[in-house]
Amino acid sequence: MDEIAVTTVTKATDCFLKLQGICKSFPGVRALNNVHMEIRKGEVHALVGENGAGKSTLMKILSGAYTKDDGEIFWQGQKVEITKPRDSEELGIAIIYQEFNLVPQLSIAENIWLGREPYINKSVHLIDWKEMYRKTSELLRELNLDIDPKRSVAGLGVASQQMVEIAKALSLNAKLLIMDEPTSALSSNEIDQLFSVIQNLKEKGVSVIFISHHLDEVYEICDRGTVLRDGNYIATIDPKETSKDELIQLMVGRTLDQQYPKVVAKRGVEALRVEGLNRDGVLYDINFSAYTGEVLGIAGLVGSGRTELVKAIFGADPIDSGKISIFGKEVMIDSPQIAIKIGMGLLPEDRKHDGLVLGLSVKQNITMSSLDKVKKHGLLHLKVEKMRVMDFIDKLRILTPSIEKQVQNLSGGNQQKVVLAKWLSSESQVLIFDEPTRGIDVGAKVEVYNLMNELVENGAAVIMVSSEMPEILGMSDRILVMHKGCLVDEFSREEATQELILASAMGVNINDKHNND
Amino acid sequence: MTNTTMIDKCEPKEKSSKATIGALIGRYGAILGLLFLVIFLSITSDVFLTGSNLSNIARQATVNAFLAIGLLLAIITAGIDLSVGSTLALAMCSMAIMAIKWGVNPYLSMVVCLAIGAFMGWINGILLTKLHLPHPYIATLGTMYIYRGLSLVITDASPISGFDRAGASEILFLGAGSVGPIPVSFIVVVVVYLIFHVILTHTSFGRHIYAIGGNVSAARLSGINVKKILVIVYTLSGLMAGLAALMLAGRTNSGFPNAGSGYETDAIAAVIIGGASFSGGSGTIGGTAIGVLLIAVLRNGLVLLNVPTEWQTVAIGLVIIGAVAVDVLRQRGQSQ
Repeated sequence: MDEIAVTTVTKATDCFLKLQGICKSFPGVRALNNVHMEIRKGEVHALVGENGAGKSTLMKILSGAYTKDDGEIFWQGQKVEITKPRDSEELGIAIIYQEFNLVPQLSIAENIWLGREPYINKSVHLIDWKEMYRKTSELLRELNLDIDPKRSVAGLGVASQQMVEIAKALSLNAKLLIMDEPTSALSSNEIDQLFSVIQNLKEKGVSVIFISHHLDEVYEICDRGTVLRDGNYIATIDPKETSKDELIQLMVGRTLDQQYPKVVAKRGVEALRVEGLNRDGVLYDINFSAYTGEVLGIAGLVGSGRTELVKAIFGADPIDSGKISIFGKEVMIDSPQIAIKIGMGLLPEDRKHDGLVLGLSVKQNITMSSLDKVKKHGLLHLKVEKMRVMDFIDKLRILTPSIEKQVQNLSGGNQQKVVLAKWLSSESQVLIFDEPTRGIDVGAKVEVYNLMNELVENGAAVIMVSSEMPEILGMSDRILVMHKGCLVDEFSREEATQELILASAMGVNINDKHNND
Repeated sequence: MTNTTMIDKCEPKEKSSKATIGALIGRYGAILGLLFLVIFLSITSDVFLTGSNLSNIARQATVNAFLAIGLLLAIITAGIDLSVGSTLALAMCSMAIMAIKWGVNPYLSMVVCLAIGAFMGWINGILLTKLHLPHPYIATLGTMYIYRGLSLVITDASPISGFDRAGASEILFLGAGSVGPIPVSFIVVVVVYLIFHVILTHTSFGRHIYAIGGNVSAARLSGINVKKILVIVYTLSGLMAGLAALMLAGRTNSGFPNAGSGYETDAIAAVIIGGASFSGGSGTIGGTAIGVLLIAVLRNGLVLLNVPTEWQTVAIGLVIIGAVAVDVLRQRGQSQ
């Protein structure tokens, strides 16, 4: 703690950390392109941008989880190299992820001093528990927290666990604290408490990088901010001078140059109707309908409940109340089995974890949900199955050397087509695509879009959850927007713009603008 | 997310040679091992290739052959069934009490033997799916003790022998009878193996157990009733233990509470040698058959070569470790 007290002497306007020309590529993707950022001593600095703007990648470079391809990092005027988490820690950078790095079974004190326990005697590694608890109490007091250091972390609420993380960072003499979406799991009271702690840290001369999707919070707590978009540095802003509308403009600013092969089909009958769907703490009073011949886009920020919504509809997650009807008939969907039986199919967000059995063949994955259709006298008719699979491989142009090939050997695009083939084989009428083109190269993306067009033309209803704004705008006939577990807005294809969707996804009220459109 | 898929995409080229070697060892290692053992024993022992010795091997392999089917099913689902040996004992002792002590109709006793086996397996399945025990290892470790304990309780910890004297010789036919030179038990093994081959390759149930073992989350989201399938898998495993109990009772003309003790390890070894993976989603009935034969031939060969019993135990231990090493090698070849 002594060190922090000493460093407060330096002036608050000093450029404390400077990132210059940071580039980072992953095979096939340019995640960061010539990014620039400056953090002053003792300031709370917002890092804002849409999903996939490069915020996480940039912070992972600062914390040593990734190494930059190009660019320079200056720490208190000195050029430094951060190649591993250890480097970052030694400089005094601490990062608090959304998923905490705590061992639930251990006590608060044990967690804070894990691997750095104070010893009674250095040669005999006997832990000095008294000292450890004393130092922990001191840290907790600094954060105005009244918790027993001996309590196990498992029993603490999210807010207190976060405080333990902050205490740990302080114990490491952190001079720069990076907080990734720190308020996402907190109640408004807890957010106030967090902000007062942040204020407190600021006064001690600790700089904070604050990553948040909630612009209100940015305006409340941050001194300055950096805007990223599609991996590029866009601007450094001062909340006192930049309005929310202007900020949103900076965040989405891209022109819609990507081409989407959208074919507008004729809207048919109501295929799915959701009424009053609730899941405690996750989804609140969701009402909407999806029609055949239509792509219904669901937009929203990461964590707004989009995936949870489609999983609930599909029977993969439990619901607390609500009615679901398929083609006018009310159904109780309490398992994916039932959802599939009545004609639904889900292409999950995490293809490898939820969509495919990677170790099984293309054939086995495609017919997994439709084995009844290739049966004869109760046994699988392997020839019929093979023909059916070959048919889908042709139709969807799945590139695989053989139908017996393990799916894990296929490219992302072809894997996604296998998942789609699975639902086509089970003759699904309502298809839910959750992040349909994630991890797929550009060529395969267009193919997936074309398949979507074909599906709706042939009378299927498609629901598409996507974090990619251009994709939502380019492919949807109608767009629903979610924010904090609620459906907050609906736009037609014609009226939707990036700014409108982003504003409503961030919970910003720009009704006047809405009316103008 | 984008980056990981992209990286994955770049990799297959480099790993393909390794994958082939791994796959080769996985696919043909057991057959090669068995062939090597057979040739070696044919040369070093005069007795090995005689008809009586071969039928002896077949007879002794029977019990493990049935238990291995149960374990194959469990292991394909990424599970395990440690209770098969104890289930065997409980089914066998129950049958002996009924047929010998109570004079119940031998056929009815045999049906009860199978039913008890299946029921014990069903309990395992229910414990796993309804009590949400974290891993089948826990459920079946518990029932392994429970079933063994119950076997000791109902028999007062002593063997009950003499089906023939009790007028229930019919029970001996399966385990001890033969058609010409071929043991009846061997014929039953062949028939049951063929049936399970069809189940695994030509039924939805078979497909589903591979899917569950390969990726339980994807299986569930593909509409597979995971719990139901798991209960069936463990019930079948119990049924196979009951069938093994019939064979062992026939061969020993008795029911004894320590029967099948430690047999689960032989069965696990057979399944793993046969190419199944502990991580689930793979394994075949043919491979398991080879694994069972390899262990039986190994045990037989060690006796023929006059290897002292203590060293036989060491050799079996080495085979089990070797089997898992093969599993690891194949895994490494597949996923890198």
